[in-house]
Amino acid sequence: MNGGERDALMVVVGILAQGLRFATPYLYAALGEMFGQLSGLLNLGVDGIMLMGAFAGFYVVYQKPPEGDIAVYLLLGVLVAAAAGAAMGLAMAVISVTFGAEQGISGIGMYMFGFGLSSLLIKVTVGGPTPVEYFPEVPIPVLSDLPLVGEVFFSHNLMTYGAYLLVPVSWWVINRTTLGLSIRAVGQNPEAADSLGVSVARVRYFTAALGGAFAGVAGASLSIALYHVIQENITNGLGFIAVALVYFGAWTPAGVLIGSVLFGVVSALGLWIQTLGWEIDSNLAAMLPYVVTIVVLVFSVQRARQPAALTKPFERGEG
Amino acid sequence: MNQSSIQHVEMRSITKRFPGVLANDGVDFEVRAGEIHALLGENGAGKSTLMRQLYGLYQPDAGAILIDGRPVTFTSPSDAIAARIGMVHQHFMLVPTLTVAENVALGLPSSRGLRLDLDVVSARIRELSATYGLDVKPDAEVWTLSVGQQQRVEIIKALYRGASLLIMDEPTAVLTPQEVNELFVTLRQMVADGRLIIFISHKLHEVTAISSRVTVLRDGRVVGTVNTADTNRNKLAYMMVGREIAAQPERPPVIKGEARLRLRGVCADGDAGLQVVCGIDLDVHAGEIVGVAGVSGNGQRELAEVIAGLRSCTAGAIEMDGQDITHAPTGARIKAGLAYIPEERMRDGTIKDFTVEENAILLDHGCPPFSQGVFLNFGTIADYAEHLIEAFDVKTPSRNTLLKSLSGGNIQKLILARELTRDPKVLIAAQPTRGVDIGATEYIHKRLVEQRAKGTATLLISEDLDEIRALSDRIAVMYEGMLMGVVDRDAATVEQLGLMMAGVREEEALAESAVPARPDPTHP
Repeated sequence: MNGGERDALMVVVGILAQGLRFATPYLYAALGEMFGQLSGLLNLGVDGIMLMGAFAGFYVVYQKPPEGDIAVYLLLGVLVAAAAGAAMGLAMAVISVTFGAEQGISGIGMYMFGFGLSSLLIKVTVGGPTPVEYFPEVPIPVLSDLPLVGEVFFSHNLMTYGAYLLVPVSWWVINRTTLGLSIRAVGQNPEAADSLGVSVARVRYFTAALGGAFAGVAGASLSIALYHVIQENITNGLGFIAVALVYFGAWTPAGVLIGSVLFGVVSALGLWIQTLGWEIDSNLAAMLPYVVTIVVLVFSVQRARQPAALTKPFERGEG
Repeated sequence: MNQSSIQHVEMRSITKRFPGVLANDGVDFEVRAGEIHALLGENGAGKSTLMRQLYGLYQPDAGAILIDGRPVTFTSPSDAIAARIGMVHQHFMLVPTLTVAENVALGLPSSRGLRLDLDVVSARIRELSATYGLDVKPDAEVWTLSVGQQQRVEIIKALYRGASLLIMDEPTAVLTPQEVNELFVTLRQMVADGRLIIFISHKLHEVTAISSRVTVLRDGRVVGTVNTADTNRNKLAYMMVGREIAAQPERPPVIKGEARLRLRGVCADGDAGLQVVCGIDLDVHAGEIVGVAGVSGNGQRELAEVIAGLRSCTAGAIEMDGQDITHAPTGARIKAGLAYIPEERMRDGTIKDFTVEENAILLDHGCPPFSQGVFLNFGTIADYAEHLIEAFDVKTPSRNTLLKSLSGGNIQKLILARELTRDPKVLIAAQPTRGVDIGATEYIHKRLVEQRAKGTATLLISEDLDEIRALSDRIAVMYEGMLMGVVDRDAATVEQLGLMMAGVREEEALAESAVPARPDPTHP
């Protein structure tokens, strides 16, 4: 293997490793959104919730005194981000479930609320872009020493590992638990679930809160795990891609996983193109994930699998 | 569940109001163990509403429910289920993407805590299937099942939850005559095991065949409760409608003309992209009504839509009066003399937030005399609407009333008025009387027969075999997108038609010795 080939290989490894890392926020946000959609709730406000989660996580870690234990603050940051996200998810549920608002519209409202409030909080508390301590890399012993594979798969931070762990856990919850069965039933035929004593509203409140919590964690993964900084609009629309990923993934955790990794790698590719100094305008490179979103969605969505009651508020009919 | 089974259920002075409607007005109703109690009434008489209160889906505005003498309050179906009440709804409450076992397990605690115990559930389903002859596979996904099988899943769902009282809401509407007989066997067996069954229906012959007592509802009130043995169909009909029901419409002999609608190998795909109309050959002649019978979901709706031009014809040819219209746009078909009464009158036939008058000119609003250029002639439109309302006896406060506030029967009469006034060459009538009260049904039948005398070729699609037999000159039976056969109206018995509806070809079905398994329902 000559030097040129070795360099090329290292670039590929670098792109893949970073791609898997970049998939982290997509995974959290899209898995959370998937639970909501499976129960019939479309939350377009994911991006706004992520922005709030990013700030919440940042702000907790930012409070750490010099002598404080960083592990405690990081964990606390994730929890507070999850709590903030869950609260916004519940607010979404009040609007969409209890008041039966049009979900396409209320989600946009939730996004704008999160966007505005997070920007305001950043200005008020720290003034502008501010670096912060973050989740360190935790190479997995032995495995991370494997050539190539070690760097691609086993040299990440805990939030990234957590995101991948969430894929099989989500699958298990959806397909192997009574809760998962209720969620699927409520999304496909809420009348049927209702007639068997399953509370449609309760299930949807739960998935809205869960999806919100995941979105909050997704946001925190940006500020305190990936970018090590807080700034306005740190998500840059990533939450909207997460919503699209749920469609792309045909409402399955495995599909969401494939989509998230695909978009993580495409984002990493965009960055590398910029750093390698190829003759491509950096704005064009940055557009990559969004162009890919549109193209992939046009060709991939399997409508047949879509929860039949998606975006439809449930109310006991008059038969 | 170790509770003892229910012996007696009483609903006392139940009143339930919806905005603008008094659905139940002081209803008294009572069922005892070991009986099948029929709840008889027209569409909109308040039968389902009453039962939905017993099942906890609605709460009564006034009145009391007593089980074995103790007053109970159900705020949700889970309360009713806990009290051992089960309900099989008219529109099945199943999740099509889930398996039979998952549908049964839904909403129940698992023996393994959070984890599903579908193997345990499946074993119990097999037991119940064997006991009551309800043949279903626990791991089949529900969307792959026939309508009859889906109904069995519904019954198993209720039995699995330990139902001692079973409410069956119009259970026979979707079944073939043979499946109805099988269902009746199952119901009788469940009653023999000490259960109570409430059988909601508006079909007299079924009520007299299965029940031991009948309670008749009309306009939300109880007309009376009688022992089935002490009454007959005519008396029940009088109680249900409040007047004598006219005999079958007179069908004066009409000389059959040339074929006006000609279908040759017509194929079409359903909404899911699978072929659901598979090579239909059929002629409908001037002055003839051809009935298309079949269990719901065997391609009848799609066939009607293909002829109307709302669904593309993937193979074959459609001719009207010798003119090929296979790929003609809908508008051209209408101009050429095609009229269509769609199955979903609220979705495809009308615009519910438009007025009666606007709905009357939906087809012709763009041409004279209703408009000139871009301007509507309101005077002409008003006169025309008034004319339709009067000629077809549409009961509406005014021509400017919003369509959605009319009853189903009157909406259907308006559609009929709009379509028949154009004196069509070919009429496609899909489920023209579904959900329509008896008065309007009689009227619609009369108009269809009149239109036949005027030389219209009518294709009547209906899941109501009695309606098909009453009106049609010839009967075509559709099964899984194919015609099992086309017979003259008197050439086949109900049983033979039922066999064809279940997928037996005409030659074999007619070869079955015509054993009178049950009396002919159309002629008491």
